[in-house]
Amino acid sequence: MKTDLDIVSPPIPEEILQRVEAKGINRRDFIKFCTATTAALALPVSFIPTVAQAVEDKRPPVIWVEYQSCSGDSEAFLRANQPTAGEIILDLLSIEYAEVLMAAAGHQAEEAKHQAMEKYKGQYILIVEGSIPTGAGGGYCTIGGHSAVDDCKKLVQNAAATICVGSCSSFGGIPAAAPNPTSAVSVSSLVPGAAIVNLPGCPVNADNLTATIVHFLTFGKLPAVDRLGRPKFAYGKRIHDNCERRGHFDAGQYAEAFGDVAHRQGHCLYKLGCKGPETFHNCPTIRYNEGTSWPVMAGHGCIGCAEPGFWDTMSPFYRRLPKVPGFGIEDTADKIGIGLAAATAVAFGIHGVASCFRKGGSMEEDKTGKEAN
Amino acid sequence: MNEIRYVWQWPVRICHWLNVLSMIMLAITGFFIGRPFMTAPDTSMYIMGWMRMLHFSFAYLFTVSVVARIIWMFIGNEYSSWKAFFPWLTKDGRVAFVQMLRYYTFTGKKLPYAVGHNPVAATAYFGIFILFIFQIVSGFAIYGQYAPGGFWDGILGGLNVLVGNQWLRLLHHGVMWLLVGFVINHIYSGWLMDVKERNGTMSGIFSGYRFIKSKDL
Ligand code: HEM
Ligand code: SF4
Ligand code: SF4
Repeated sequence: MKTDLDIVSPPIPEEILQRVEAKGINRRDFIKFCTATTAALALPVSFIPTVAQAVEDKRPPVIWVEYQSCSGDSEAFLRANQPTAGEIILDLLSIEYAEVLMAAAGHQAEEAKHQAMEKYKGQYILIVEGSIPTGAGGGYCTIGGHSAVDDCKKLVQNAAATICVGSCSSFGGIPAAAPNPTSAVSVSSLVPGAAIVNLPGCPVNADNLTATIVHFLTFGKLPAVDRLGRPKFAYGKRIHDNCERRGHFDAGQYAEAFGDVAHRQGHCLYKLGCKGPETFHNCPTIRYNEGTSWPVMAGHGCIGCAEPGFWDTMSPFYRRLPKVPGFGIEDTADKIGIGLAAATAVAFGIHGVASCFRKGGSMEEDKTGKEAN
Repeated sequence: MNEIRYVWQWPVRICHWLNVLSMIMLAITGFFIGRPFMTAPDTSMYIMGWMRMLHFSFAYLFTVSVVARIIWMFIGNEYSSWKAFFPWLTKDGRVAFVQMLRYYTFTGKKLPYAVGHNPVAATAYFGIFILFIFQIVSGFAIYGQYAPGGFWDGILGGLNVLVGNQWLRLLHHGVMWLLVGFVINHIYSGWLMDVKERNGTMSGIFSGYRFIKSKDL
């Protein structure tokens, strides 16, 4: 996200900036970071000093665990370079355990995790990546001899707050897609009722993760969420309603094939199966990779990765509607419907012809009866 | 002697024709929304915009009409009452139902005499009302997505989570085809009964009057 703001905002107190500099963070980067994050949270600019204060002050312990995941969310976060957000947040957080980051391995690492949990009971932020397999008594995923089910339950119950990053920990994601061989579930279905916020996406947008952490540091609680436990600041609007191709949608200009004239001119991707009309995420406004681009901008329809069960309900990815259950992959709702309508018409046509020739219905008697009168 | 009887009161007829009008418009615009078969030559046009605008306007009209008809089921005459849609609740109704089915399937010759709906049709209409309500509910649920936290999202948004918004869309689309099938059936049956019963089935829905042979009552 570009943050060349001309808006006058209250200055961040000098002593905070000095303390930040002492930690080796560039003050300009820090100001940009605080401004961008405040904006991402949809807070007014007057909150920038509050955010700066909270971020600088607290160095919350963080435990980042992975279960059935591809580490894509860790990668997305580490690659985040919106004023080196990753760096800043890594400097400001105290990461106690993160498989992708830590030097320790094996039992040593597990011991560190256990100690962090005991030491910071009720204070640490838990970040979960990946779904939890409940099949085979939890045997499909074990860490240091403990099943993911037990590990996750214990960590969530002792955390101050849990942030689910990516679609797998939020909704089960790809591991939970039909036929869900490992009976994978999301964190909120494993530990219902806990303080959990879902940041689905495949992968999570690192800016949304940063903003969620900052919100927690600033206000001491998780941000307001929608019905699916997703923060409203990031998932409160539909892709389709913020999309730069929307003008072409309303006009009626659609790309019909990748690389055709309409596609090259940037027309709407609806007919190529774009799921923007069914997906809530801030991709069009926050974008990815330093606000460089997002899927639709790059010419590919949204595949609805931030919605529950997207692998099953949003596919086929290049068709608008799901496959009709029980029918072949080539049968669209319209094909089946036209078949149904045609069959009805033919059936009643035949019935009609037959009815014209039928003799001796009760009304025929009526007719003769009336004539006799 | 033929008796001319006022069967379909004016609210029933008005709702019927409003349903016809809005269903035609909803099916055409809905089909376009699902499969935009025209491509705009330039960006100054607003084809999809108008189609959606019409779909939503007729959606409101349709909703008002269906709700009005349901209210009339409780204040109208016996032919428009909700009871008329459950013929198999009474013994006579069940007999007439079987008789009608046998007539349709060419296994019986006698037509049961009905002043209002014939019993098989009445049962079908019950199913149709369910489909109408389904279209309204699923339609407003996906409509509400443009404004999370708004009115429609507030009352129906939970369905998008419960059923899944893509399934709702698919069902909303599929039910359109069921309704198309129903309309074909409905027009055909209307014609058949008009010819065979000769009691004003067709003109009745315009005028409200049907011709009743008193000896059949
Ligand atoms: C007889 C009744 C109706 C029929 C036959 C009908 C038909 C359709 C069809 C075929 C679609 C396209 C679905 C797709 O492929 O995605 C559609 C979309 C839609 N319909 Fe209906 N519909 C009816 C009533 C309603 C009602 C009462 C509402 C209430 C507001 C409604 C709201 C919608 C909405 C919001 C969409 C999606 C529009 C978009 O995403 O741009 N429909 N309708
Ligand atoms: S590209 Fe997708 S999100 Fe954008 S306007 Fe078209 S359908 Fe909507
Ligand atoms: S555009 Fe759609 S599929 Fe792509 S990241 Fe955003 S929500 Fe996921």
